[in-house]
Amino acid sequence: MIFNIIFFSLLAIIILAAAIYAVVQKDLLYAVIATGVISLVLSIYFFIMQAPDVALTEAAIGIALTTIIFVITIRNTSRREDEIPVNKEPDREEETK
Amino acid sequence: MKRAFILLLLVVVGWVLADTFSQINFGESRMGDIKQQETVGAYYLNNTVEKLSVANVVTAIVVNYRGFDTLGEVTVLFLAASGLASILYRRKKRGEHDVMILKNSSQLLQTGAKLIFPAILVLGAYVFIHGHLTPGGGFQGGAIIASGFLLMFMAYKDYHVSHNVLTWVESVAGILFVSVGIWGLISGATFLENVLGTGTLNDLISGGVIPLIYIAVGFKVAAELTGVLETLLNFKTEK
Amino acid sequence: MDPILYNKIISVGVYGSAIGLILIGLYAVLVKKHLTKIVIGLSIIDAGVHLLFIAVGFIKGGTAPIFSEKGIELVNQGTAMVDPVPQALVLTAIVIGFGVTAVALSLVIRLYRHHHTARIDHIKSLKW
Repeated sequence: MIFNIIFFSLLAIIILAAAIYAVVQKDLLYAVIATGVISLVLSIYFFIMQAPDVALTEAAIGIALTTIIFVITIRNTSRREDEIPVNKEPDREEETK
Repeated sequence: MKRAFILLLLVVVGWVLADTFSQINFGESRMGDIKQQETVGAYYLNNTVEKLSVANVVTAIVVNYRGFDTLGEVTVLFLAASGLASILYRRKKRGEHDVMILKNSSQLLQTGAKLIFPAILVLGAYVFIHGHLTPGGGFQGGAIIASGFLLMFMAYKDYHVSHNVLTWVESVAGILFVSVGIWGLISGATFLENVLGTGTLNDLISGGVIPLIYIAVGFKVAAELTGVLETLLNFKTEK
Repeated sequence: MDPILYNKIISVGVYGSAIGLILIGLYAVLVKKHLTKIVIGLSIIDAGVHLLFIAVGFIKGGTAPIFSEKGIELVNQGTAMVDPVPQALVLTAIVIGFGVTAVALSLVIRLYRHHHTARIDHIKSLKW
């Protein structure tokens, strides 16, 4: 009984701490890895509550694929949240001239 | 001022949710007696083994009892993959090149990826073929196969999967799913009705059309997710 | 320990983390200015809602809804398996959530390519 209480509270603390870290952190790559940690702990939750199909799906899609598409987006946009934009004309105005 | 409103909104949403879910006791059985079949869950649990001979109840619900929703989900995934490809489409201008992956990775990753990649494919195929016997199914197997392809994309600089092959596999799998449903219509029953004979429990060939549908869904999801990754990793940029 | 108090502690742990995830994700969607952070917030809301669904379907003392020979005896005796209907719903929802995230991120890339910034308070021009 004590073991169950400690285990459940540990999972709750880890998932809430990772969520707060993902929202507060300004470096986006760290925030994305925290989202992966949320998916991992969520998969453990699903397994404890006797749902193995859902745990497999969340582990396969949430941990690997979601993290990689976020990383590709960060590679093509900015790395930090408080970026200073480069002053450049939008593309369409050059094309219509 | 805006922050105060947002915090107030969060407190109200949190209060409503907590108040609602404090009245739902955690772990209390609301399905009633399973033999009486008072609720939907009890009906599914009671009739899966006798009428369908399928061991995994969640697979039977997703493919057989609520099979039309799975058709809708496969359609949504197809729309997402094609929408992503069409939003990121860009005609190649002069002076552009692939800059996503600049150099090959280390020797360890290259050798390891080449060794592990066939094993991951076999694992994914095992998961979606045995979807009606063990936990697993089409979506899980497809995601595992896409992760295997992602490993190869990460390890080698110029590893390409041809878009034509992916498109063909995806289209044929989708046509197979719908034609299984139309076969049910032709045989005189409803759309996506189980028209093959069901075998014995825990056999590989059991459950009627359920393995066929899940194999088609597995191929389709694997081809789609690999196509999404290929689109994202290979579109041209002007940096 | 008193079983009612024990059940209360576990339910606060599970429901509390699900509702906490929903609120933290909602805060990120409402307050943050960078587009990628908003999409991360959407993904966190998805995680909270899925956890809430499975937590509602859990039955104490139940086992996974997969039959073996022993499983058939259990159901015949009237003991419970876990409710299988929310699990089927969440299975669909996870895949669709991934599709929505992928399309949203492709829109972010496209917006960055056009405006050269991904913060919504620096995008000033209303027309393309």
